[in-house]
Amino acid sequence: MTGSPAVAADPAALYRVVRLIRRFEERAIDLVRSGEIVGGIHPYIGQEAIAAGVCAALRPEDLITSTHRGHGHVLAKGADPARMMAELTGRSTGLNRGRGGSMHAADLSLGVLGANGIVGAGGAIAAGAAWAASRLGGDGPARVAVSFFGDGAVNQGVLLEAFNLAALWRVPVVFVCENNGYATTLTVADAVAGGVCDRATAFGIPAVSVDGMDPQTVLAAAAPLVEAARAGLGPQFLECHTYRFDAHHTWEHKARPRYRSEADVAEGRSRDPLDIQGARLSDADRLVIDNEVERVIADAVAFALGSPRPSPVDALEFLYASGFRPRPGVS
Amino acid sequence: MTILSYQKALGRALGDEMTRDENVYVLGEDVRVGVSNVTAGLLGRFGPDRVIDTPLSEQAFTSFATGTALMGMRPVVEFQIPSLLFLTFEQIANQAHKFSLMTGGQARVPVTFLVPGSGSRLGWAGQHSDHPYSLFAHVGVKTVVPATPADAYGLLASAIRDDDPVVVFAPAGALGQRADVDLAALSPVPLGVGRVARPGTDVTVVAVGHHVTDALAVADDLRDEVSVEVFDPRTVYPFDWAGLAASLERTGRLVVIDDSNRSCGLGAEVLATAAEEMRLVTPPRRVTRPDGAVLPFAEALDRALQPSRAQLTTTIQAVMKAP
Repeated sequence: MTGSPAVAADPAALYRVVRLIRRFEERAIDLVRSGEIVGGIHPYIGQEAIAAGVCAALRPEDLITSTHRGHGHVLAKGADPARMMAELTGRSTGLNRGRGGSMHAADLSLGVLGANGIVGAGGAIAAGAAWAASRLGGDGPARVAVSFFGDGAVNQGVLLEAFNLAALWRVPVVFVCENNGYATTLTVADAVAGGVCDRATAFGIPAVSVDGMDPQTVLAAAAPLVEAARAGLGPQFLECHTYRFDAHHTWEHKARPRYRSEADVAEGRSRDPLDIQGARLSDADRLVIDNEVERVIADAVAFALGSPRPSPVDALEFLYASGFRPRPGVS
Repeated sequence: MTILSYQKALGRALGDEMTRDENVYVLGEDVRVGVSNVTAGLLGRFGPDRVIDTPLSEQAFTSFATGTALMGMRPVVEFQIPSLLFLTFEQIANQAHKFSLMTGGQARVPVTFLVPGSGSRLGWAGQHSDHPYSLFAHVGVKTVVPATPADAYGLLASAIRDDDPVVVFAPAGALGQRADVDLAALSPVPLGVGRVARPGTDVTVVAVGHHVTDALAVADDLRDEVSVEVFDPRTVYPFDWAGLAASLERTGRLVVIDDSNRSCGLGAEVLATAAEEMRLVTPPRRVTRPDGAVLPFAEALDRALQPSRAQLTTTIQAVMKAP
């Protein structure tokens, strides 16, 4: 049924992905505080069940586009945590050779077409990629693209246009809305007229809304949508209700803007995907995974901080795929 | 030899490239019927899977094209009017253009954006008369503005084969150009290589797109008093600085005619670079649209804001009189 039956059948595998993302994010926040990560990050903590559940429904050759809050998606699709951490710390061993950073992490070899710094920008790119991949793949099974975005994106015109194109052309793309209740500081109630799923159904796209805190619930919802898209039934839409445990951006750790009450935060954090999935494992199994993830993350941080920084001489390398080198800023 | 129109040359390049590479396809508004005339006939030759009509969703179909390019296709996106480039500036300048660098060289986005009818076509007023090639040169998107049918063919072919995004501006003022060409000799024109459209010894006139014709006419009118060299950069980004430097070695004087708004337009860049790095015996001058021009509707007003042959003539004469 799903592209990754091993994960579907194995709660431990889903737990490991959630744990990996959680610890990666916690260590990344440490590195922001210590100055090793410049510019900060948008932490994914609290939303891990969505990346873990959705990506468990995908095949290796499937594609994703991600968001400014994208570490979880990139890791869940299989990116090397060490090269990911190296990217965040601006090293030449990073996924993007230090040219992308947190908001643009990509690994095209894994079908990760990039996190994206513009809200809602990935939808049309994902639709085009899925359309082209199916076309180039001939009679083989369609490659499905998942486009992740937040609730803020459902007010972006280009995303709604992408829904229309994908539906018209029956593109094998699954749109996944991570509804964490806030577009930065603006609540969904203050931002979204109508309903989130109504955006999709207006274009004839089947839409499902689920609890986005439970990885198995997300996987169970995502798997049939992915397979429907793969079977040629056109785009699908999945809304996952979730809660962002930490800041919109680590900038908040210093600025402390007040837009969520303590009660709201406490309630939001009361259901933790790590605990929900962890409860399905024995304490012993959980400990084995936790220890293994600790080693992976420790190795990732060590690899990142031990890696060379790119040379300023090469700051504009890769600007043009054709190799053209532009003029310097001084003659 | 055959008479080839500029418009037909663009269509011919598209057809030839689609024949040569099955990953090349066209999408845009009304491209099947071929409302712009450039894509007419392609539907019958290549079918609806490769000639795709889009809804009026420029932002989404632009990024859709980028997504297909990331997977190895070579889309040609047609925009019926130049102002749509403002609407899709995010998708071109901020998405398609930045993927290669931001992914550390993992991604390439070989997409061509074709604007058949850029600049004023008289009577189309404020929102249909821009000619924003300088904007794309400024952000570093490869940008070509062919002046002749042969270059329209050759530059569009090169744009499609290039591994980076390229914007092809076909000026409305050049679409009616016709030339006697050997069809068998049509071939890709390399990006970034200008041409001397008319050799001369006293002053170099850099002219872009349809103004090449104007510059040649003015040069001819002035032939008894001044020897004008007309330099057509063909690609405005990357600009052929070596070609310009070689021309200025011969002439030492520079006038630019540039259908951009004055501030931060291509003409400003050409003057600045020439002043910094090249041989000039007199201060250079430029003829442009005014600062911040919005072309008004009435014909006389529309024409009043476009660079004219009269302005070019007096500017050349002024440069020749300068000490």
